[in-house]
Amino acid sequence: MALWFVFAIMTAVAVFAVLWPLGRTVRAGREGSEANVYKDQLVELDRDAEVGLIGPAEASAARVEIGRRLLASAETERTAPVTARHGPRRGVAVFALLGLPALALAVYLPLGSPMQGDDPLAGRTKTAAASQPLENLVAQVEAHLEKNPTDGRGWTVLAPVLAKIGRFDDAARAYRNSISYAGETAERRADLGEVLSMAAGGVITADAKGEFERAVKLNADDPKARYFLGLAAEQDGRPKDAAAIWRAMLDKAPADAPWKPMLQAQLARIEGKPLPALPDETIASAQSMSEADRSAMIRGMVDKLAARLQQNGDDVEGWLRLVRAYMVLGDADKARSAQAQARQAVAGNAERLRQLNDGLKQLGLDG
Amino acid sequence: MIAEAGHYALVLALALALIQSTVPILGARLNDGGLMNVARSAALAQFAFVAVSFGALIWLNVTSDFSVLNVYENSHSAKPLLYKITGVWGNHEGSMLLWVSILALFGGLVAAFGNNLPLSLRAHVLAVQAWVASAFYLFILITSNPFLRIANPPIEGRDLNPVLQDIGLAVHPPLLYLGYVGFSISFSFAAAALLEGRLDAAWARWVRPWTLMAWIFLTLGIAMGSYWAYYELGWGGWWFWDPVENASLMPWLAGTALLHSALVMEKRNALKVWTILLAILTFSLSLLGTFLVRSGVLTSVHAFATDPTRGVFILMILCVFIGGSLALFAWRASALKQGGLFAPISREGALVLNNLFLTTACATVFVGTLYPLALEVVTGDKISVGAPFFNLTFGPLMVPLLLAVPFGPLLAWKRGDLLGAAQRLIAAGIVALLVIALVFAWTKGGAVLAPLAIGLAVFVIAGALVDVVERIGLFRNPLPIAARRARGLPRSAWGTLFAHAGVGVALIGIVCETTWNSEHIAAMKEGDTARLAGYELRFDGAMQRQGPNYRELQTRFSISEGGRPIGVMTPSKRSFTTRNTSTTEAALLSRGVSQLYISLGEIDATGAVTVRIYHKPLVLLIWIGPLLMAFGGLLSLSDRRLRVGAPKPAKPQRALQPAE
Repeated sequence: MALWFVFAIMTAVAVFAVLWPLGRTVRAGREGSEANVYKDQLVELDRDAEVGLIGPAEASAARVEIGRRLLASAETERTAPVTARHGPRRGVAVFALLGLPALALAVYLPLGSPMQGDDPLAGRTKTAAASQPLENLVAQVEAHLEKNPTDGRGWTVLAPVLAKIGRFDDAARAYRNSISYAGETAERRADLGEVLSMAAGGVITADAKGEFERAVKLNADDPKARYFLGLAAEQDGRPKDAAAIWRAMLDKAPADAPWKPMLQAQLARIEGKPLPALPDETIASAQSMSEADRSAMIRGMVDKLAARLQQNGDDVEGWLRLVRAYMVLGDADKARSAQAQARQAVAGNAERLRQLNDGLKQLGLDG
Repeated sequence: MIAEAGHYALVLALALALIQSTVPILGARLNDGGLMNVARSAALAQFAFVAVSFGALIWLNVTSDFSVLNVYENSHSAKPLLYKITGVWGNHEGSMLLWVSILALFGGLVAAFGNNLPLSLRAHVLAVQAWVASAFYLFILITSNPFLRIANPPIEGRDLNPVLQDIGLAVHPPLLYLGYVGFSISFSFAAAALLEGRLDAAWARWVRPWTLMAWIFLTLGIAMGSYWAYYELGWGGWWFWDPVENASLMPWLAGTALLHSALVMEKRNALKVWTILLAILTFSLSLLGTFLVRSGVLTSVHAFATDPTRGVFILMILCVFIGGSLALFAWRASALKQGGLFAPISREGALVLNNLFLTTACATVFVGTLYPLALEVVTGDKISVGAPFFNLTFGPLMVPLLLAVPFGPLLAWKRGDLLGAAQRLIAAGIVALLVIALVFAWTKGGAVLAPLAIGLAVFVIAGALVDVVERIGLFRNPLPIAARRARGLPRSAWGTLFAHAGVGVALIGIVCETTWNSEHIAAMKEGDTARLAGYELRFDGAMQRQGPNYRELQTRFSISEGGRPIGVMTPSKRSFTTRNTSTTEAALLSRGVSQLYISLGEIDATGAVTVRIYHKPLVLLIWIGPLLMAFGGLLSLSDRRLRVGAPKPAKPQRALQPAE
């Protein structure tokens, strides 16, 4: 409401600026004229001649010339007195009163967002404020390490934090220092390989692959290194080797390994059996249903997911699941439109958009 | 609310500009004082609303309100306050808003201080000003609106281009725009004179302070931009004949010509039509500069954003205003009365010569800048017209111009005495020859032409001094009388002295820097020492430092001359995480007006840093010259006196007859 009040005052000021001179009479002769300039020039000339800046001969020649101009200007100068034409004035006044606000609103309303309030940093959510101290802490640790560059423990602590805040190149340097000063372990080699590939935008480069191979040499069972070697194989166009590596990992894996479901999903993806992720018991109950019932149930769940995402579009994982589900159901058009909606929903956030594009790429859709 | 209020203020400014562009002209046709005076209050209100709008955008940047698209794209909450403010015009939308703010500022100034103008002239001037303003308000609102919002504001902005995060951004664009846009007033005066069909010496008197003001700002803006490029871009160059630089040089050359021809018009009521044409051309070149920079036709540091619709829109504005004003000129110019006559050898003649050379120089720059673009459009070939072209065309044009500069002020109005002027310049000529001889003897190597160019520069400076010495009769009169006459001398005469001497000073700097600068490139490790031009530079070491929004590798060099320490230099490299870019911060050490310059290159695996060290003799004169020129302009601007060009009365032919 306050905004409209401000708009009204501003409009009133603008209208007043146009109306004000219309109500006043202009006294003739108050404003400048050519003749005044020449008269001033004559006075100036006399002063110059007195000080001796120009000789008397030049002064009189100049006086003649200015006199000539003065006469000429008196002829051309408008002799008609300035008038007040009431008809046109009234027309302009009416236009200012009605036309100006109408014009302003007609231009503003399609462009502006009057319902949206300001959103300055100070009033923003605490996430921004919370990330600040982290960066300060990182800076402190970095300053400490500059003075004590051989502090292996410091590098070991710093490296994953740097990787988390996206400074992959620095993280790689930190892991290298950690290996030099705190000793070489399979985990550190694997972590180094991971940040190297993150710095390369997810591609397992030759350097990164070298690190993973070194890690496996140190510990043949290091899950991270082996997983990434599998991924490297896939990226090299050898999905069968990748599947073999991952299946071997799954066979050997302890039952409570936290990475197990992820790896299973990857294996499923690579073997061309993409499934909408559904809770186990739902699948179990679905198996006992008739074909028609089952597909109806799946469609119902997919619709529910779609409806939820319409309400809250921030969920990148949800969008990916929806697109995947449509693809499994063979509904290419819907998959495409869901993809477009997802892009739109997260367009305001570069980080999420990147995640979404990566995910879509993994689904074999364009990125 | 602030974002929307700023947006609405800009819309109101457009509405007022539309009224201001029509009602006063109607008033002038009807000879109604009230309608004509609408121009005045509308111009003031329009400026107030643009100022509110600009203030709102600054506020949004300072408070990091990322719900505004423009702020999100060009700001970052961790940026220092100064760069949050200067970042407002460090992007396309904001810089266009600055452009119209300055346009409205000049309109407001004419409205507020134009009391000495005839009513109808003021009404016409402000109306023309409002046409330009309306076009640019529409451009901003339609294609480059800085107040567009984001529905779901992101947490953090994308930060400003790190190269622009420098104090130079606070100074260079506002000064340059004050110059560019300031010429809009001369343009409006010219268009108003054509519309009214009246043009006389008084017109030149009224337009003088505005042209001079614009010229001063443009001079400072170009010089500041050049110095900024010199220390920020990291290779020690100060002028690249980059199309964007040329775009600012062209209005400067035309504006300088305009200043001089307006002088003739004011004093002698001559060259009227030519002055009007120059006023139109100068602002047209400013518009062209805006087009080249803003349309994205060129890719350079200055092209923040490229968008074809913007380019087309500005091209339309350009065509309408340049085409329209030239058509108006063709239609009305013949109706203007021709003014006073003068002999070829006279002050007027000298100023015509100056105009001839300046406009020709401007034309060469124009060709060199636009020919490659035109060729690319027509044939698709990409050619690059670089420094050699300009050195071969622009340089030779400047030589006769500079040779003539000292003669101009010494010639009398209407009919002058070239021989007499030459006699009085003998002293300056002798000084110049002595300097040439000294430079030849003292330096080894370098271009043969360099000492001659320095001699020319000295001739210009000495010639400017001779003029004032002559006028106050320094050696002819006793000192107290000379001092009294010096005080009585119009400040504009002192202005001429400083402006002309400034040209010479800048030329000395340019010649010395290009001829005798020396360079040393080395990969240095801690403890290494480099030698250059008699200085020893020891690399003391490097350290990492955290800046407000960047990380910095700062190196330390201690400098000594003949074993005596004279200072420490700390060049650095900054890396900005948000945009994942890095900048090189060169270190400068001034010795008198010469400078040592260190800039860092790559750092290799062994920890050695590639260091580029330059010694630039007398380099600061390049920018001291324009400062002197601007100071001269300021002196002349402060001269409130009216100008009267006292002609020499036509004497009997005595002087021309041989002695009997």
